[in-house]
Amino acid sequence: MEIIKIGMADLGVAKPPSKLRTTGLGSCVGVVLYDHIHKIAGMAHVMLPESSLAKSGELTIGKYADTAIPHLIQLMVKAGAETRHTVAKLAGGAQMFAFLGNNDTMRIGPRNVEACKLALKDAHIKIVAEDTGGNCGRTIELDATNGILQIRTVNQGVKEV
Amino acid sequence: MGDFTKFGDFQFDVLREIGNIGAGHAATALSMLIQKEIDMKVPQVKIIPFDEVADCVGGAETVVVTVFLRVEGDCPGNMFFILDLDSAKHLLEQITGINKDVYEWEELEISALHEIGNILTGSYLSSLADFTQLNLQPSVPALAVDMAGAILSYGLIALGQAGDFALTIDTAFFEGNDQVKGNFFLIPDPESLPILFRSLGVPFDGDY
Repeated sequence: MEIIKIGMADLGVAKPPSKLRTTGLGSCVGVVLYDHIHKIAGMAHVMLPESSLAKSGELTIGKYADTAIPHLIQLMVKAGAETRHTVAKLAGGAQMFAFLGNNDTMRIGPRNVEACKLALKDAHIKIVAEDTGGNCGRTIELDATNGILQIRTVNQGVKEV
Repeated sequence: MGDFTKFGDFQFDVLREIGNIGAGHAATALSMLIQKEIDMKVPQVKIIPFDEVADCVGGAETVVVTVFLRVEGDCPGNMFFILDLDSAKHLLEQITGINKDVYEWEELEISALHEIGNILTGSYLSSLADFTQLNLQPSVPALAVDMAGAILSYGLIALGQAGDFALTIDTAFFEGNDQVKGNFFLIPDPESLPILFRSLGVPFDGDY
């Protein structure tokens, strides 16, 4: 069994028996997609809500919700998935330092979650589970065999959705 | 933007010196607090991909105690004071006499560490402000005990809009017998570097 590590602003697709894993999600959002018929899993580690925030010409696709999610869907379709069988789960989007919440940059967690939801809605993909917000970091692992998402936090241990 | 190719040895030296001065003052403050000698390593100035920033403190999943503050004013950026769990426990014990594991901490323990972080980051930044004659306004510091990756990524958001790399000024310090060790991280916002260099009369004509 292989565990494929997805870094910050990165994305990837896996088939059984592999797992996809990303560590230390704070205000970033881990978006996972799963086609349970074709058993194809995808994961993106989204850092910012919109690519319009980019200040330079060069764009890292995996960094922004509005570019990462469409690209991840493309990769999954290329690997044999169908969007009508694909569902999404979200984790992350925390506010690590809660009381700094007035500043727009500091409210990035909730904004990331909103942007991911919007991008998924545009792609007609249903969100079946969500563990977002709060003020804790998360590490997530998606099993391509069954689509189960394991979420680990420092204070609340491990849960599966 | 995101172009670090215009950085020469001289610019790196200047940034290292900034870490040296800032962390040097903070280490002195810490040494006075715990009445022990504090040693410091040579500051590391690195231009690294976001993913590798957390590796400097043991990896994205390592649980750390962090005091974070945002610097506003002439030279915006983010500042982190990071301790591993054992060090935080020892530091707390040496200053307050409280001997509790991190999972037993309550308001008093958190508040004490918060204040320690406040004092140390404050002395880092005020020495930097003196040295550069820049107006630096630190926010009220916030404290978190969590995964290093989750915490540090917070300081990378502003940079994420401009590129995929962070410039970090990382200074490690330790007490003689290694009971307390930690790091100061200064991550200037992209637009701050030219200002920082200009304030010190360092030639720098590139975008960051």
